[in-house]
Amino acid sequence: MSLGLGVAQLVAPNAVRRISGVDDSPTSRAVVPLVGARELVHAAGLLTSRRKGAWAWTRVMGDAMDLTALGVAISHRAGQRRRRLLGVTGAIVGITAVDLLTAVQATRSTATSGRGGPMELTATTTVRIPAPEVYTFWRDLQNLPTFMAHLEEVRTTGDRTSHWTAGAPFGQNVEWDAEIVDEAAGERIAWRSTGDADVPNAGTVRFVPAPDGVSTEVHVVLTYDIPGGPVGKAVAKYFGEEPHQQLDDDLRRLKQVLETGEVVRSDGAPWGKRARKEFPQRPAQPLSDDELAKGADA
Amino acid sequence: MRANTWAGRNKVEVRDVPDPKLLNRRDAIVRITSTAICGSDLHLVDGYVPTMQDGDVMGHEFMGEVVEVGSDVPGDRLRVGDRVVVPFPIACGACGACAAELYSCCENTNPNAGIAEKMFGHPVAGIFGYSHLTGGFAGGQAQYARVPFADVGPLKIESDLTDEQVLFLSDILPTGYMGAEMCDIQPSDVVAVWGAGPVGQFAMDSARVLGAAEVIAIDKEPYRLEMAERAGHTPVNFDEVDVRSRLLELTGGRGPDKCIDAVGLEATHGSAHIAAFDRVKQAVRSESDRPHALRQAILSCRSGGVVSVIGVYGGLVDKFPAGAWMNRALTLRTGQCHVQRYMEPLLRRIEAGEIDPTRIITHTLPLDEAERGFELFKNKQDNCEKVVLKP
Repeated sequence: MSLGLGVAQLVAPNAVRRISGVDDSPTSRAVVPLVGARELVHAAGLLTSRRKGAWAWTRVMGDAMDLTALGVAISHRAGQRRRRLLGVTGAIVGITAVDLLTAVQATRSTATSGRGGPMELTATTTVRIPAPEVYTFWRDLQNLPTFMAHLEEVRTTGDRTSHWTAGAPFGQNVEWDAEIVDEAAGERIAWRSTGDADVPNAGTVRFVPAPDGVSTEVHVVLTYDIPGGPVGKAVAKYFGEEPHQQLDDDLRRLKQVLETGEVVRSDGAPWGKRARKEFPQRPAQPLSDDELAKGADA
Repeated sequence: MRANTWAGRNKVEVRDVPDPKLLNRRDAIVRITSTAICGSDLHLVDGYVPTMQDGDVMGHEFMGEVVEVGSDVPGDRLRVGDRVVVPFPIACGACGACAAELYSCCENTNPNAGIAEKMFGHPVAGIFGYSHLTGGFAGGQAQYARVPFADVGPLKIESDLTDEQVLFLSDILPTGYMGAEMCDIQPSDVVAVWGAGPVGQFAMDSARVLGAAEVIAIDKEPYRLEMAERAGHTPVNFDEVDVRSRLLELTGGRGPDKCIDAVGLEATHGSAHIAAFDRVKQAVRSESDRPHALRQAILSCRSGGVVSVIGVYGGLVDKFPAGAWMNRALTLRTGQCHVQRYMEPLLRRIEAGEIDPTRIITHTLPLDEAERGFELFKNKQDNCEKVVLKP
């Protein structure tokens, strides 16, 4: 909507001035395109930024400015122009209400995701390999760190038990024991953390034959009980702003490893599963020996 | 090594960069003997493809000699010393898309698939030297290149054909051919091709090879139209005549049976008003592409015909003539070329003399003059049709 309003005010300022009833004032000649330009800034921010909440508040502030300007205009107008201004003001009041609601909701949803509590993630991919083989690869839990970005190591400690280490920011590792609680060979594995885990978690993966008779649909559900406090904050931060995207990327790497033998690297994104965020990237040109040595343990 | 790099909008620069190294076990390193500037490189230079970075090595049409292979490249597929042409889409050969021969949609070769997915719904294959959206792979306008999945893509050249005869198997020849193949050409067909650039020229030649009765070339550059005419195609200059009227005249009022859009997102237009409108929308990013050629192809095509799109589109267009498309039973077919599928059959056609890829080369320059090559090509100076660079 910002885009539409902004373009209208910039391209056809005179029409906008006539419709809104302020066409008798020289000030409006300058103000209308300015308001239009401001609308385009809102649009750009809302469309491109990850922080939609903050940009939604800029719209609310803009609405307040508009209402003030309209109030001033109404007090100086009479007759037809005044009626038009009142109509426009009514519309802006409605828009303000919607913007306020949006901004409050966007801010609230950002706030809760950083505060801890249970988080459920689901993701799915199709691998062009029969289900029993995908199952066998996954059932050897020590394979998981080859494609899951967070995991440093999974060590099996018994037939159904294992010890997991996940890297966290600033060198704080998160560790826990886990056990397989349910499995059906070639079809399903379910596990959960045991004992006093910093981040209690559980997961299920199902391997479903795809309709093509060759491939396997891999369906993953993970749940994390993100605690409050500094550990919780660190974990939430570690997952980034888009944990779903991270799990999607993990499964993409699973597919790469199973179908092609390893995680695919490019010059711009050379670190395989260590690439926790896709941006910023390095330029797409060959790595120097130094850069290559730094990434050699990836 | 020396490499031509993206240095910001409207700027390329040949610089010294590190030599490529093996990063995956199925990689090979190729010493490049010939490379080319492609029309789709201009989308990068003009700044219409997002996710370019200062220093990105450009170029996706290249060939050369294998100088190093990774441990998992089988010796019967590729060895040091082999002479190869490298296809521009990187394909793993193992995923569902590759199994269906849709190599440019490979599901495994784009490490930045998450970004591409947001733009296109599903990701597309990695492409050499073509932005981080398509993987962030260094390109081939350089002395050396790293080639991932070297056991899948590169085509060995074992005969004594020159570089110039086989280089374009990496992109523009198969792309033009696929444009014609998607038209399902019948012997009575009149095929109209929008754009007489290198891809358009090859689409015209391919349509003829596949049996079209007549091929029409639409462009505004006289030298490009003359080039098409010399190859036996009928020229239409959109700066001089109304394209739709002229096409109706040439086809007894039916319209061309098959239409190929070999232009894409930066089309220019005979009508100044429509051109200005789209240009403004593109500039404020409310429309990413200028689809003149596509609109005109759909409106001109005969009822029940095929519109085949090989011109590159990047994002969103508006005023797409859906009514004409639906009501007149048109078929729209598209795709980045699945090069791997076409390389061998087209090599045989070159060997048999059915297609002469060298006819479009107008300039051969050393790699260090890449910047001048881009100038000539972009601004259509000196009757420039196709630039080959020699590292």
